[in-house]
Amino acid sequence: MSDTFQLDGKPVSFEKGQTVMQAALAAGHYIPHLCYHPEFKPHGSCKVCTVKVGGRTTASCTMPAEAGLNVESDIDEMNGLRRTLVQMLFAEGNHFCPSCEKSGNCMLQALGYDLEVHTAGFRHLYPDRPLDASHPDILLDFNRCILCELCVRASAEVDGKNVFALSGRGITKHLIVNAESGLLKDTDIALTDKAMQVCPVGVILPKRVGFSVPIGQRKYDQRPISAQALDDAPRHADAGGSCAACEGTP
Amino acid sequence: MVTDSDIHIAGLDSILDRYARDPNALLQVLREVQELRGYIHPSATSYISVKLGIPRAQTEGVAGFYSFLHLQPHGEYRVLFSDNITDRMLGSQALMEQMCQQLWLQPGKVSEDGLVSINTTSCTGMCDQGPAMLVNGRAITRLTHQRVQEIGHLIRNRTPLADWPADFFLVEDNIRRSGPLLDNTIAPGDVLRTVIESGGKDIVAAVKNSGLRGRGGAGFPTGLKWEACRNAQGAEHYVVCNADEGEPGTFKDRVLLTRQADLVFEGMTLCALAVGAQHGFLYLRGEYRYLLEPLQAVLQRRRDSKLLGKNILGQQGFDFDIAIHLGAGAYICGEESALIESLEGKRGVPRSRPPFPVTHGYKQQPTAVDNVETFCSAALAMQMGAENYRAIGTDKSSGSKLISVSGDCPRPGIYEYPFGVSVREVLQDCGAVNTRAVQVSGPSGVCVAESEFGRKLGFEDLPTAGAFMVFDDSRDLFEVARNFVHFFAHESCGFCTPCRVGTSMLKSTMDKIAAGHGTKYDLREIERLDHVLQTSSHCGLGRSACNPVLHTLKHFRPAYENRLKSLEFKPAFDLDGALARARQMTGRDDAGAHLKAEEA
Repeated sequence: MSDTFQLDGKPVSFEKGQTVMQAALAAGHYIPHLCYHPEFKPHGSCKVCTVKVGGRTTASCTMPAEAGLNVESDIDEMNGLRRTLVQMLFAEGNHFCPSCEKSGNCMLQALGYDLEVHTAGFRHLYPDRPLDASHPDILLDFNRCILCELCVRASAEVDGKNVFALSGRGITKHLIVNAESGLLKDTDIALTDKAMQVCPVGVILPKRVGFSVPIGQRKYDQRPISAQALDDAPRHADAGGSCAACEGTP
Repeated sequence: MVTDSDIHIAGLDSILDRYARDPNALLQVLREVQELRGYIHPSATSYISVKLGIPRAQTEGVAGFYSFLHLQPHGEYRVLFSDNITDRMLGSQALMEQMCQQLWLQPGKVSEDGLVSINTTSCTGMCDQGPAMLVNGRAITRLTHQRVQEIGHLIRNRTPLADWPADFFLVEDNIRRSGPLLDNTIAPGDVLRTVIESGGKDIVAAVKNSGLRGRGGAGFPTGLKWEACRNAQGAEHYVVCNADEGEPGTFKDRVLLTRQADLVFEGMTLCALAVGAQHGFLYLRGEYRYLLEPLQAVLQRRRDSKLLGKNILGQQGFDFDIAIHLGAGAYICGEESALIESLEGKRGVPRSRPPFPVTHGYKQQPTAVDNVETFCSAALAMQMGAENYRAIGTDKSSGSKLISVSGDCPRPGIYEYPFGVSVREVLQDCGAVNTRAVQVSGPSGVCVAESEFGRKLGFEDLPTAGAFMVFDDSRDLFEVARNFVHFFAHESCGFCTPCRVGTSMLKSTMDKIAAGHGTKYDLREIERLDHVLQTSSHCGLGRSACNPVLHTLKHFRPAYENRLKSLEFKPAFDLDGALARARQMTGRDDAGAHLKAEEA
């Protein structure tokens, strides 16, 4: 038996244990998100999925679904908030879309288009984040990292390797790899790892694959992320399924 | 040949063994290694990870989270000036500059001979006897020009910290006004004995009846919390005392831990009896490292007196003991779920709630987390009787409250009042004159202007964790707010986007205004950032990070507007300033070269 809550005035049924995001996607309702991934336990760090519930704002990916909730998502106030959060992420890192291999397949970029982010809106922080090109097959470009921790979770939970972790605090928080040298070449990462597939932006890239699908014909060049995330969302709570972020680079 | 790695691995086993190679003790192990070696060498990180069965990257990530842990050499002497606004008002910035000059050093850098580093740190809880500093984790108070000079000499001569004048490390209690809590005559074990002799009367009911609410600021009813914890299912229950007193301007827990340690532990033991816990933790902030040994001595004395351990006071099956965990420089660990993460040896990132610690706390078991003063007050309320305790204070705020007074007043220190005391009354008692504003409950609290000095401290009006920073009419409230904004940016855990990026942007916007480049546009940007922080942050830190700015903008808007360069847009980037050096190098000195910016 399933209960329902209201999402933007429409009833959404859910099963016990689902969060608002999980139930909404399963029922065919899109709530913008970045750090949420249907195959992993939600942790709610990007806050792009913030919704209004009974007048209070909360991340929908971690908010347990409850009968009778009145959830407002597709409203100006929440979309405005999301736009600002996406702008913050753009300003925090070094995102040069035109030269990025992930352009067109990047969730941050796609979300930016979908939310009509036309300018950065904030002064860029221009952090100094050197690349790690030490590994023969894999490149790490930390400039684009949005700290969603999907690679951390994938490597730990699926690959059983713990290749990635976060260090630092506040604005100096950053991705590190599991090696005394601090270099990816000294970790046991493999091209076939789940961690290789989950980066929503262009941090973790296989080497020697460059623009094999031309820009203009890529995933989010075809249809906006709001349409595709729904296609990819699992229809049931227990269904594995894949989602936009699961698709590796072409 | 003995390598660098050998040196840094030597001695680790005895530390690891002392913590039974428990991965939950990671932070404690790292802290001890830091203390032993001055920093945590990469080989030590690897060694600890292997021995504790933790991925290396996770160990490095934990070490990288806490301000007092260093992964690179950071000097034999690590000097940190407390950077609360009250320290600044007492001249800390000039003293730090003086010391940097004396030791030929830039702030944040390690001297070339590896001898010393000098930097700032968030409030060290010595606001009533500042300016203060930490040297290798040890608190030094009442800094003067002369004392700083002496410290400089001691460092240059490589005098071991143990041989420094004891007077430097003297921390005074400065109790200015006492009440039922500070005047209590409860002997160790009194309350426990009474409770046990009366046949284990219902502690939860008594605490509920006393009307006691949490003293950490949020004011959750203590009895309800203990009841929820008691009723929650779990293999184990835990009691945690939050002594991570990090809110700038607060230092009353330090005084309680110094003078009333027995009462703190008595309250924790009562709570253990109430919720059915066998293990308790005192999470002590790293800044109060000097209290560790005295507190451990109190715990040992209580064990020897059968007030802790197996069958407490002869009561069969009443087993409870307390371990002390030290923090390592992270304000966010004062948030209860972040504190629990830190207790588990992790990065101090607040958890998503629900579930709450009372059902899923330490090791996902029911955990009652309360403030130092709350445990003391609970013990006191039990001793006095709920009705008598309730008679103190106001209807919704029963009992007394310790207030930490600092800033512009002749008598800073600890004041105990029944709840309901007005801001004005406190100001009169501490001798403050010409007061412009009071920051109640620290940066995350409320800035109260003169027109509101009639407001009363208590959950009905002005809830407070205890900080009471006084600013007289010589102070610039913009600079006060800017100091607080810097504090929040430094202490953001970085987990969520709005707080990680927002506090940093708020800081740079405030700095832009301070540098004289601000415009009306920047005030609008502040409002925009405030809105994002308030509506989407993961925890209370982000949600309150904008309070100082919002409150000072409300009461002291001219302090901001007077600094604005123009009402039109002005970029933060100063083109002439950036080009000045190049122009100088090419020998340009004409008027069009705008060399002023560089000279300034």
